[in-house]
Amino acid sequence: MTNEELKKRISEILPGASFEEGGQWLNINMEAKDWRSFSNSLRDLPELNFDYLFCLTCVDWKTHLTMVYHLESTTYRHTIVVKSKLDRNAAEIETVSNIWRTAEFHEREVYELFGVNFLNHPDLRLLILPDGWEGKNPLRKDFEDPVNMIKL
Amino acid sequence: MTDKNNIQNNIESPASGSEHGNSVIGEGGIPVFPGLVHPTPSGGILVTAIDDVINWARSNSLWPLVFGTSCCAIEMMSTASAKYDWSRFGFEVARATPRQADVIIIAGTIVNKMAPVLRRLYDQMADPKYVIAMGACATSGGPFFYNTYSVVKGADHVIPVDVYIAGCPPRPEALLHSLITLQNKIKAGLTREQIKESSKVENEGH
Amino acid sequence: MSPMIIPEMGYKRKKELDCKVGYKIKNELYRETQIISDPSKSPDIEGDLVINIGPQHPATHGVLHLVITLNGETVKKVEPHLGYIHRSIEKMCESLSYRQFIYVTSRMDYLSAHMNNHGCSMCVEKGLQIEVPPRAQVIRVLMDELTRLASHQLWWGAMAMDVGALTPFFLAFREREMINDIMEETCGARLTMNYMVPGGVMTDIHPNFQRKVKEFIVHFKNKIDEYDELVTGNIIFQNRTKGVGYISREDAISYGMTGGSARGSGVSCDIRKLYPYEVYDKVQFNEIIEMGGDSFARYMVRMKEMRESISIIDQLIDNIPEGEFQAKTKAVLKLPKGEFYSRIETARGEFGVYIVSEGGTTPYRIKFRSPGFSNLSALDHMARGSKIGDMVAMMATLDLVIPDIDR
Repeated sequence: MTNEELKKRISEILPGASFEEGGQWLNINMEAKDWRSFSNSLRDLPELNFDYLFCLTCVDWKTHLTMVYHLESTTYRHTIVVKSKLDRNAAEIETVSNIWRTAEFHEREVYELFGVNFLNHPDLRLLILPDGWEGKNPLRKDFEDPVNMIKL
Repeated sequence: MTDKNNIQNNIESPASGSEHGNSVIGEGGIPVFPGLVHPTPSGGILVTAIDDVINWARSNSLWPLVFGTSCCAIEMMSTASAKYDWSRFGFEVARATPRQADVIIIAGTIVNKMAPVLRRLYDQMADPKYVIAMGACATSGGPFFYNTYSVVKGADHVIPVDVYIAGCPPRPEALLHSLITLQNKIKAGLTREQIKESSKVENEGH
Repeated sequence: MSPMIIPEMGYKRKKELDCKVGYKIKNELYRETQIISDPSKSPDIEGDLVINIGPQHPATHGVLHLVITLNGETVKKVEPHLGYIHRSIEKMCESLSYRQFIYVTSRMDYLSAHMNNHGCSMCVEKGLQIEVPPRAQVIRVLMDELTRLASHQLWWGAMAMDVGALTPFFLAFREREMINDIMEETCGARLTMNYMVPGGVMTDIHPNFQRKVKEFIVHFKNKIDEYDELVTGNIIFQNRTKGVGYISREDAISYGMTGGSARGSGVSCDIRKLYPYEVYDKVQFNEIIEMGGDSFARYMVRMKEMRESISIIDQLIDNIPEGEFQAKTKAVLKLPKGEFYSRIETARGEFGVYIVSEGGTTPYRIKFRSPGFSNLSALDHMARGSKIGDMVAMMATLDLVIPDIDR
């Protein structure tokens, strides 16, 4: 499906979504509270069939955080990017690890590096950082470490 | 005869040379076989110091521990295979458990989570034990020196090191050179173990 | 003599365990253990043993710590603990310029170092919209395919060593040394060569390059047949890998597996065919897919991929076009504001570079989508219900390099 058809179909499912063009792929901005139903319909609807989540990450803009999901369909080969803004002090979003199993490890990594809480995740704890690093989120822009980090 | 045997790196040669017997001198002035051989009709009598013989025996058969964390481990595996063979020097048997190993070759970066593991492995090795820090990451943190929150800047913050190798990753020939340097250091009695031992003996003697 | 008294809290004696467990067909075994071991419940049921395959172990994949829950010799749950080589590369790259961060990425997946550099250079070129000259494109593809051969050779040697055969390890390193010599003449280094820069390649190829590569190809074509005879046809090797570590096609896609591990289950995911870059749309090669889903299928995928790489190199080595090897770029690179993503097929799977730029000389956020991270998350699913020896064989076919996972 081309970008135009995707835009039309997705606006039918989620009326509150806004689109951005101009990048490599179609970007969709949505609210964090719609993510559960939207992700289910992205995978289950036969004409969309997004079954391959290939990148799950988070970007720290200094006023808010943004979750970024890159999705692709192995049958139709179309790709979209779903983004969602989160509040810095209370960052919470639904997990998708029951839909795309690869998200289990990726969400654990985002939890420890950025401090985003994923609701209903089966096993949310530290993956890469050693014990004792629970509160400190190293990849946030306000991470202070006067010994190691040199501000140029 | 001892004056002529000054070697590079300021390593003193062990007791060798007097007017009576012959000592077997190899390249660089380090005796290949420690001591003097007095020829007698039925063979020969070897006159030497026990420390020299023990050092010579230990240095020719050091068993390394399999410990590679990162890219330098691939160069260590290349040194162990058929083209640059390290078993020519006695390092053939690479043990997997630290309780049977003599030398630990730290090949790769040490991070904060791995440092207690490295300390425990070093403590489990039996005396006398030696340490080689291979590559830039184990020497001083290497390319990961600035702006990382999780890299230990040099393995000698965790365990005492005898020989450092430069390179990222060092060539197999550089690793072989460092193994030979370690052997020379042991024969000359200058590794940390031996200096510690000799200073303990001196203190007890007083 | 009175029989030995086993205390109440100890482990049961072997005859009291259910010995019929080992004789069932593997699918049924998988279903049965799935009911017992639920990840949300604690595994300390009486009779379970929890062991470590610790960070330091001789199955030279790197520092991987696995906590395995066993019942007798049957695996019930595998939990990988990562982070023993986490060097915080993503945070470090936020303070390095666009030309500097490429050297660090070749130390992430050091067995396919050229391909990592290639992916990062492609992403920067997408941002600046630089056109790479044709000579540089062909040189890049040749270096990529030689690196793929070297990486698969080391995988083959290490896998045979894990399963128990020690000779292939030395044979594999013999070929790797020949490839390393070719690389060293041109790029200057054997393992971590920073040869691909944004705009092309760093220097021109050495005059001996074409001759040496042709000699190597002639030598290697005979060797691959010899290796097939030595290991693939061996009855012990086949019994250890057939039927072990089955994963279905839907599960492989859901776990995000890519590369040789996914193509062994029937997933078509070769980036060189789906989204061709450089000159891959002008050469003829096949995408290898096997439908078996078990370890033997993954093994055969990689052996056949080596033959395809040889044919790509054969087609290109005589047709390197003349011209420049690097496009003209400014000394200090500044990407415009926006986001850029580039995908490339490394020896392990799909490697993705995601750069978010705010217009400065350093990236605002870089994310490396590494193939090993997703491949490892499927190990738990594959290993339930099998024995420990089978689990080691499974881990070897997944072709993991741990610094790639921990970044």
